[in-house]
Amino acid sequence: MDWQALWLSGKLALVTVLILLPLSILAARLLAYRQFRGKSLIEALIMVPLVLPPTVVGYYLLVSFGSQSVLGVWLRDTFGIELVFHFSGLVLASVLVNIPFAIQPIQRAFEAIPMDVRDAAACCGMSRFKILTRIELPMIWPGLVTALVLTFSHVLGEFGVVLMMGGNISGETKTISIAIYDSVQAFDFDSAGAMSLILLLFAISALALTTSLSRRMGGSHGQSH
Amino acid sequence: MAKATDLHVRIHQTKGIRIEAAFSCRAGEFLAVVGPSGGGKTTLLRMIAGLAKPESGEIRCGNDVWFDDKKHLNVSPQARHIGFVPQHFGLFPKLSALGNIIAALDHLPKAERMPRALAMLEKVNLHGLTDRLPSELSGGQKQRVALARALAREPRALLLDEPFSAVDRETRERLYLELARLKSELNIPVIMVTHDLNEALLLADSMLLISQGQMLQHGAPQQVFARPRTEAVARQMGLRNIFDAHVVAQDEQKGVTWLKFGEKLIASDSLPEVAIGQRVRWVIPNQGIRFNSIASGRLCRSFNILNIRIDNLLTLGESVRLEATVLGGKERLNAEIPLHLARKLALCPGMETEVALKSEELHLLEMIKA
Repeated sequence: MDWQALWLSGKLALVTVLILLPLSILAARLLAYRQFRGKSLIEALIMVPLVLPPTVVGYYLLVSFGSQSVLGVWLRDTFGIELVFHFSGLVLASVLVNIPFAIQPIQRAFEAIPMDVRDAAACCGMSRFKILTRIELPMIWPGLVTALVLTFSHVLGEFGVVLMMGGNISGETKTISIAIYDSVQAFDFDSAGAMSLILLLFAISALALTTSLSRRMGGSHGQSH
Repeated sequence: MAKATDLHVRIHQTKGIRIEAAFSCRAGEFLAVVGPSGGGKTTLLRMIAGLAKPESGEIRCGNDVWFDDKKHLNVSPQARHIGFVPQHFGLFPKLSALGNIIAALDHLPKAERMPRALAMLEKVNLHGLTDRLPSELSGGQKQRVALARALAREPRALLLDEPFSAVDRETRERLYLELARLKSELNIPVIMVTHDLNEALLLADSMLLISQGQMLQHGAPQQVFARPRTEAVARQMGLRNIFDAHVVAQDEQKGVTWLKFGEKLIASDSLPEVAIGQRVRWVIPNQGIRFNSIASGRLCRSFNILNIRIDNLLTLGESVRLEATVLGGKERLNAEIPLHLARKLALCPGMETEVALKSEELHLLEMIKA
């Protein structure tokens, strides 16, 4: 059992969630309420990580941010940041790959808020920030938790993109999925089994929670009229 | 209470839902915007509230300009200080009835919000339900909370979007009375959007009839009902007896216009600008058709008599809906008469009888040039 890999995966998932969630709230709100040119294209781009193999995403990130790439050189020379084979690179990869998992449930939750409620809030004199914090967030929280759980559990299970971008450096980029793969390669099935069981139990709990929240979200919005 | 001011609206919109409207609503006036569903009524109301932006025009409350496309001015809904009751009330589902009202009172010092919100709930007879969530309130109670929330802000204008459409009939009747009572206390422009003519006739001081975003007629509800300007207005008001005739003469002294309707000569107590020989369309509301006057000899004008053959009779509760053919022509006359009268006159399908048309109710419609 590689506790360090588990800890690293947990840390990666937490950091990804903390970065993605606030940005997703803003993006999802914009996509849910506004009509603008190029909206369909943006929505399609958001969904790309769902259909693109993670290794392909990882490959493009590797090529884009590698030490020989223009962007990679610029980041290293200007800010002293090296992404490839570093934890920060994993964070970037996780954030990009998980955009659809974070935005989609929150966007659906915003879309479920009746226009009457938003209209009334604006006419009550509430600022956009107050409408978001006092009216909308209490209504969309099941979508928010769903996004959080999906993103967190998806990060724990990431393999291809992590391997491409981060490699397999213990304590830096070796996540639990890679540790499972390593254990199997080393015929350490006890360790692989224990780590797999942890991920399996987490996945089942996450799905049960998101299903129950989706049902709750439908119910609570139905009552708002 | 905010200074009482009139609301002036001029909107021109060609994209999406087409809207062409120019009207004013005085402080203390209750204006009903009436029209069929999907005709742009709600969009018009949302534009006044600042929730939707018109292509061009001007919206002004007193001297404060809320929207002016020429000056690139579009004041936010928050700054317009409007009371708005959406069609499904728009209550905040996670806040209690009291919380919903307090949410609209950010402009007041914190200490004043609670007493004001409680007073508003008291005003709409909901003082016992302060802690209830919207999901625990009935349709009528939700409506009252929404109204209290809209009025709690001491708005400069009150906008009501189909306020009675989401409540049952009994609640609606009660709310009519409450709104009628409340109306007398308000000294702000009140605009109500509805598709129900009766609501306009019951509550409004003036009525604006719109169809497909176009203003058809603006005036006192009874006036619009009795004197529809065009055939489109007459049809929207539910008037079905609209016929062709030719102008025969006009008696300016008596104020009568004589019409040739088929072979009959009929009179209208009006003097519109028409030429002799001109083809006109005329309308008669149900209350202008008399059945019993013939039997009792109390004809309004003996010359406005039509011979009809009854084709169909349909009893609807305490009234009878009658379809008849005007003898000597193909025109169909529709009328609704009390059941007891139909029984007294022994009306039955196939029966030939006479009706009298009250000349003061016989109204000539404006002809729209093609």
